[in-house]
Amino acid sequence: MARAVSPRRKSINTALAWGIGLIIFFPILWTILTSFKTEGQAIADPPIFLFFDWTLENYSIVQERSDYMRFLWNSVIIAGGSTLLGILIAVPAAWSMAFVPSKRTKDILMWMLSTKMLPAVGVLYPIYLLFIKLGLLDSQFGLVIVLMLINLPIIIWMLYTYFKEIPGEILEAARMDGASLKSEILYVLTPMAIPGIASTILLNVILAWNEAFWTLNLTAAKAGPLTAFIASYSSPEGLFYAKLSAASTMAIAPILILGWFSQKQLVRGLTFGAVK
Amino acid sequence: MGQIVLNQVRKAFGDVEVIPPLDLTINDGEFCVFVGPSGCGKSTLLRLIAGLEDVTSGDISIDGQSATELPPAKRGLAMVFQSYALYPHMSVRKNIAFPLRMAGLPKDEIEKRVTNAASVLNLTDYLDRRPGQLSGGQRQRVAIGRAIVREPAAFLFDEPLSNLDAALRVGMRLEISELHKRLSTTMIYVTHDQVEAMTMADKIVVLRAGNIEQVGSPLELYKEPRNTFVAGFIGSPKMNFIQGVEAAAFGADTIGIRPEHIDVSNTQGQWSGRVGVSEHLGSDTFIHVHDTGLADTVTVRAAGEVDFKHGDTIHLTPRVDQIHKFDSQGLRI
Repeated sequence: MARAVSPRRKSINTALAWGIGLIIFFPILWTILTSFKTEGQAIADPPIFLFFDWTLENYSIVQERSDYMRFLWNSVIIAGGSTLLGILIAVPAAWSMAFVPSKRTKDILMWMLSTKMLPAVGVLYPIYLLFIKLGLLDSQFGLVIVLMLINLPIIIWMLYTYFKEIPGEILEAARMDGASLKSEILYVLTPMAIPGIASTILLNVILAWNEAFWTLNLTAAKAGPLTAFIASYSSPEGLFYAKLSAASTMAIAPILILGWFSQKQLVRGLTFGAVK
Repeated sequence: MGQIVLNQVRKAFGDVEVIPPLDLTINDGEFCVFVGPSGCGKSTLLRLIAGLEDVTSGDISIDGQSATELPPAKRGLAMVFQSYALYPHMSVRKNIAFPLRMAGLPKDEIEKRVTNAASVLNLTDYLDRRPGQLSGGQRQRVAIGRAIVREPAAFLFDEPLSNLDAALRVGMRLEISELHKRLSTTMIYVTHDQVEAMTMADKIVVLRAGNIEQVGSPLELYKEPRNTFVAGFIGSPKMNFIQGVEAAAFGADTIGIRPEHIDVSNTQGQWSGRVGVSEHLGSDTFIHVHDTGLADTVTVRAAGEVDFKHGDTIHLTPRVDQIHKFDSQGLRI
């Protein structure tokens, strides 16, 4: 039976949730608002919230000064490529861990996750040197590989938990029906895990899109994604907050829109398995 | 053709031996039921035959060819699972067609066979539905349809009726028996329900702790159980076991007498006791008799309605020619 909640308690909870939501959203809102101010209004003291002269000037300057489309394209390639490559490797890996586990499977899963506990900067130096040796510096391909490897443990973990929910008997039935391993994964497992795979893809596109540490360190002008685009506006000659905000808004807009339209899928994906 | 021969087949999970070396022959066209209490290894044995588990040692041959090393798909067997294991994202049509698609059959041949199977199983109106939109009985039929389209050497059923309600179970039991008569294909059927075993089987294999206790036709097991375990497992209600002086009089350590082989009277008889619970089925009455000095409870089956009340004194007379005698090891004498 559902627990009874008094109306008063309910409205307090609602107000609290809205409050927390606003606090989390406020920096993004402030960035968007600032992008429509002049540089002067952007650093005004006390800060101006809504009543300023709205202008699109920052956007046109940013557009003139740098090639937004190129950065956007790099972001799409790097986020999309690393996620797809990761999924291709993670599906068979998660399949084997979920359906033919060995004694070491749990250890391997923990070990994979433990790599995420290592601070990225700890391996920056060797990876940087490797990139120089392999000629991968400032290349889309290099970033696709690095971001795929960085996010692979999360992709495998997520898929593993989704696959665990699929009854093994259905895969056994496919085996009895004459399906090869490839057909079993392609025609039975994958279609059944589509909701889980979709939210894994979504989460990883977002993670890769927002990844700044590796993209900033391993790219320059050619392969830089939108994170590099934003960073190029925080220059040593002084900060131009309004233009920086305009660049940031342009960089986060695609992923924000994607996230907004797929939030149902995302929430379902993240709580899948926890609640049956 | 579908003769299946198990030769010294053994299965161990780590140090735990679940099936000690075992020999068994299932003849072509036979309806063979593996029956036993839960945990007796009957499902494991079926999965070994299917190839879903590897044998630890020994050999399984199907139609004279060794299948021990073959993967499930190559053994030419079809299986119906307890949970039906239908593909939830495919329509009934696609579910049934799946094994044919995997076998690479031409499209029109697939269509022909699916239509045929659907009409045999009364599924024609449901071909475009998803498994989630079907009732339990219909799902079970789809699972059977998926098995029959392949025309396998043998069918394997793993407790296929245990998820159905009692009325459907009886109906499906008949349907599977009829299917067997029509196809005359070897069927191996696993169940813990001795009524299913008795009503469907040509041959029953009674298992306990991975060991075969007895193999035989339903009536052989009923009339001549090899030991007290089989005697107690086959037949409903259970056989009464009596030890002590009464057993010694028959030159046995234990004697067994089925409830239907004891005559009741309210005036005279060889044994007497007090009526406990009576179960009235209309056609029969099962009377549980206490204080007989023979066993805790003696169950008696009386034909039709009988008028005994709780606490009444009742007299019992066993039919001597129907008494089963067992030695101190529980083996039939």
